[in-house]
Amino acid sequence: MVPQTYYIALSAVLFTLGALGVLVRRNALIIFMSVELMLNAANLAFVAFANTYQHLNGQIIVFFVIAVAAAEVAVGLALIVAIFKTRQSIDVDTMSSLKG
Amino acid sequence: MLLSQIPTTGFFFLAPWIVFFPVIGLLLNMLIGGRLSEKGVGWLASGASFASFVVSVLLAYSVWTGQGHGESVYLSEWMHVGALQLDWTFRVDSLSTTMMLVVSGVGTLIHIYAIGYMHEDVRFKNDPGRYRRFFVFLNLFIAAMMILVSGDSYMMLFVGWEGVGLCSFLLIGFWYDKDTLGRSSWANSDAAKKAFITNRIGDFGFLIAGFLMFWNLGSFQFDQVFEAAPALAATQPGIIIAITLFMLVGVAGKSAQIPLYVWLPDAMAGPTPVSALIHAATMVTAGVYLITRSAPLYTLVPEAQFVVAMTGAVTALFAATIAVGQYDIKKVLAYSTISQLGFMVAAVGMGAYVAGMFHLVTHAFFKALLFLSAGSVILGLERGHHHLAHHGHHDDHGEVFDPNDMRNMGGMRKTMPVTFWLYMIGTLALAGIFPFAGFWSKDEILADAFREGYTTVYWMLSIAAFFTAFYMGRQIWMVFFGQARHEAAAHAEESPRIITVPLMVLAALSVLGGALNLPGLHTLTDWLEHTIEVHAGEFLISVALISTVLALAGVFVSWLIYGRNPLKAGQPDPLKRPLGLLFTGMENKWFVDEGYWAVFVDRYVDLSRFLADVIDWRFWHDWFHEKVIAGTYNWVSNIGLNLYADQRGIDALANGLGTLTQNLSASMRKVQNGFVRSYALSVLLGVVLILGYLLLK
Repeated sequence: MVPQTYYIALSAVLFTLGALGVLVRRNALIIFMSVELMLNAANLAFVAFANTYQHLNGQIIVFFVIAVAAAEVAVGLALIVAIFKTRQSIDVDTMSSLKG
Repeated sequence: MLLSQIPTTGFFFLAPWIVFFPVIGLLLNMLIGGRLSEKGVGWLASGASFASFVVSVLLAYSVWTGQGHGESVYLSEWMHVGALQLDWTFRVDSLSTTMMLVVSGVGTLIHIYAIGYMHEDVRFKNDPGRYRRFFVFLNLFIAAMMILVSGDSYMMLFVGWEGVGLCSFLLIGFWYDKDTLGRSSWANSDAAKKAFITNRIGDFGFLIAGFLMFWNLGSFQFDQVFEAAPALAATQPGIIIAITLFMLVGVAGKSAQIPLYVWLPDAMAGPTPVSALIHAATMVTAGVYLITRSAPLYTLVPEAQFVVAMTGAVTALFAATIAVGQYDIKKVLAYSTISQLGFMVAAVGMGAYVAGMFHLVTHAFFKALLFLSAGSVILGLERGHHHLAHHGHHDDHGEVFDPNDMRNMGGMRKTMPVTFWLYMIGTLALAGIFPFAGFWSKDEILADAFREGYTTVYWMLSIAAFFTAFYMGRQIWMVFFGQARHEAAAHAEESPRIITVPLMVLAALSVLGGALNLPGLHTLTDWLEHTIEVHAGEFLISVALISTVLALAGVFVSWLIYGRNPLKAGQPDPLKRPLGLLFTGMENKWFVDEGYWAVFVDRYVDLSRFLADVIDWRFWHDWFHEKVIAGTYNWVSNIGLNLYADQRGIDALANGLGTLTQNLSASMRKVQNGFVRSYALSVLLGVVLILGYLLLK
């Protein structure tokens, strides 16, 4: 049996990787994948605690998160495609036309 | 007026109408006079004055039938303030009706005369528009004079006293923008102001007398004052002396006595009817009336009586000497009036009230006659001058022709015979030749002076009488005898009947006026004794002889100097050489006017200048206002309010708020860089901070 601490540590590492990815990368697609990574880090933490406490609430939440993440991916990818079509680039630093 | 208050007997209830009639006359003239002809205006005014005269006669008749008992006729409440109870009450007694008869009687004659005189006067001075104004003023004067003589208290008398002063001012300055020759000049306006201001000095004395009277005797009403006076005189005679002497100041102003007589000669600037009515016959006698009315006060203090008598005597003599050296026909009469008023004041000062009133009445007759005749002479001369200019006989090189100057006259006996005879009667009456009116009245004054032991006064008045005869003789010789010294005099024309007929009435009165109080009959004495305490004057044959001799001597001396060798054109006065400086003094009115200028007027002007330049301008304006007030204000506003409060306080606060906002925004703006990653970093940092806090707390 793998101790619960390992899951939590893995989850923290994944989350940190995701957060750093969001902060340092300029490619919108990669940022998007980093966000997915952070969501899945959270999913991992939920199932780990659900397993530990033998409680189904954690498992159910994970389903919600996966559903929301799927919807998010559908909208996000559509946006990225639309942006790429107008600007021929998905570099987030150049997306500053709303800045006064 | 309530029915019960109407006096039951006689015509006393008519008393207010002596004032109302002239007032109605002047109101009518003001309202509808513009639509009337000149004659209509004149006769309306004369009618109003005559109506007043008729009422005066009825009042006098009522007093006469009532055995001399007067009545007080209450008209209306005037002022009721605390202890001050003043009503408009008419006092009708023998003294006031005497004055009323003189004022309205002589006044009516002068109104009628003025119809003719002013017609020509406005013609010669090219301003017909003033005709109506003149009669309005004249009626106003009659009304004011009636208020004066009929007043029941000193304050009511004072109302009239000021009213006649106002009319005097208005009428002296009637030609306020023209001189006697019709040229543009402010001399007449100056004369009017001089009269008004000099009279104000006198009125100030009167007012003080009034205040003292009210304070010490508690009333202004004649009877109450006279009732309370003896008790006060017993304890504090000084107050009565003060009252009477301050009253004398008022008298000196109104009746032209030393030292306030200087306005009267200048008052001759007014039209001649005014000189006759106001400045000879009626208004100037108000002072004599005042003293006579106040006889119960004066009788209490012989000291004041002495001062009054001396003032009158000195004035009589002093003015008579000035009259000798005058060339203006009206100025001679003006100084003569001052001199005769001196006689009256001396008389009432000595306690010879009847003699004073007697002389007042006869003087009103003959001096009005003389003035009006002089006016007739002046008009005759103007007509002659007009005639010459019109027919081009006279090459008028812009020469100024003064129709008042006796040196331009001469020989007018032939050109103006009626006026000559009228003037002659007036002169004989004034000079005191038997049996003309002036003889009786002046003789009574002299006799009283002699009998009462006022020897100094007696001799001064006698000498004044000599001078009177002399200067009147001089005038007659210069004006009517000899040869004409100017062509205008040679071509002078007689005046129309409207001018000469009133003169004839006055001439008749001047001849017969003495009958009012003939020795032995004492008509006027008996009449007045109902009102004031009098004693019948005795006829002293020695006094009468002396005064007659003096008068005849005066006329004779004047004949020696002016009649025997008539003055030629351009020749100086024959008295000039033998008398030298003395005559220069007489000619120049003893330099009294100049003296007054040097002592009072110039000093007053200096003081005014000092007040205006130094006190007002330099001290108040330059220093106090500019330096102290404006300087402090500027300093406070510039330094205190502007710099500290405004700039460094309010401005700094407002600007600081702005700057602070700007700076704050500038630094905040850096956060909003538009990079999603940096926002995400902030979110992360925030989460880390919150989590850190939650974990570590």
